[in-house]
Amino acid sequence: MTDLNITVNGEPHRIARPATLLDLLSDLDLDPRAVVVELNREIVRRPQLGETSLAAGDAVELVHFVGGG
Amino acid sequence: MTATLPTPDTALDTPLTVGGREFRSRLMVGTGKYRDNAEMVRAIEASGAEIVTVAVRRVDLDRRKEESILHHLSPERFLLLANTAGCYTADEAVRYARLAREAGFNQFVKLEVIGDRETLLPDTEGLLQAASTLVREGFTVLAYTNDDLVTALRLEEAGCAAVMPLASPIGSGLGLLNPYGIRTIKRRLSVPVIVDAGVGTASDACLTMEQGVDGILMNTALAEAKDPVAMAWAMRWAVDAGRAAYLAGRMPRREVAVPSSPVKGMLG
Repeated sequence: MTDLNITVNGEPHRIARPATLLDLLSDLDLDPRAVVVELNREIVRRPQLGETSLAAGDAVELVHFVGGG
Repeated sequence: MTATLPTPDTALDTPLTVGGREFRSRLMVGTGKYRDNAEMVRAIEASGAEIVTVAVRRVDLDRRKEESILHHLSPERFLLLANTAGCYTADEAVRYARLAREAGFNQFVKLEVIGDRETLLPDTEGLLQAASTLVREGFTVLAYTNDDLVTALRLEEAGCAAVMPLASPIGSGLGLLNPYGIRTIKRRLSVPVIVDAGVGTASDACLTMEQGVDGILMNTALAEAKDPVAMAWAMRWAVDAGRAAYLAGRMPRREVAVPSSPVKGMLG
């Protein structure tokens, strides 16, 4: 079973397949409550993270709040 | 600096209502550019602000154990007002606003669509377009704009909950460059007018509030002060003083002197 090649926050990333978005967050040691996830420019709501499978070439954005004016 | 001085009595003032929520403080503050989070929190406490702005950015995957800004600011205590800073198109701003709302705190957004990298002045066409889209999607839009009346009127027509004209460019600290423009916007709009950006020191904030606007949002003036906490106190008083002076109604300006002491009863 080969790894999936995806993009996370603009950088190439490999993850063992099969993988959901929740698996990716766990892989990255991120708390799902602390980030907002976009998959191929569509927001994926928290309850759907564990049901959304990743496919090769997917682009994931993980964002949160930082200081700003 | 201690907190022993009383805050001005603004009991005669009505609360500021934005997007159906009431606020006692008319000073809103940003959370960017502080030397550290502890200083930021102390400055925000000192400012008395109830609305604080935050930005939406990628999680830094190399430093992900770093504490999020939410560890320092309780969403129960403050209205976290997400901005779309750094967005140069309407589409980009709408994307950031949707991400911010998904974080789950509120539907408020401080909309910025920037049109020029040097001055960070708004792209008014993109701004109006993004404002319409976001209002349609149920956002409470507070729109950062320039000191142009017509753009402010169009933003109000588009359904913005507040219009936020600049005092001067973001981070410039140049103070209130166009008091007439700001007064005109305030006079003509029904929604709250909150001056955003450009205030550098307490006198700028006071002068801005004296124009009759509903509030001020600032960030750099606090974050880049030598002592942000002391400056936050100064700004709090300045905003309250300017508001109180506006409500009090200033004396007329005269080109000649008028004695303050009786002219009768002078010695013969």
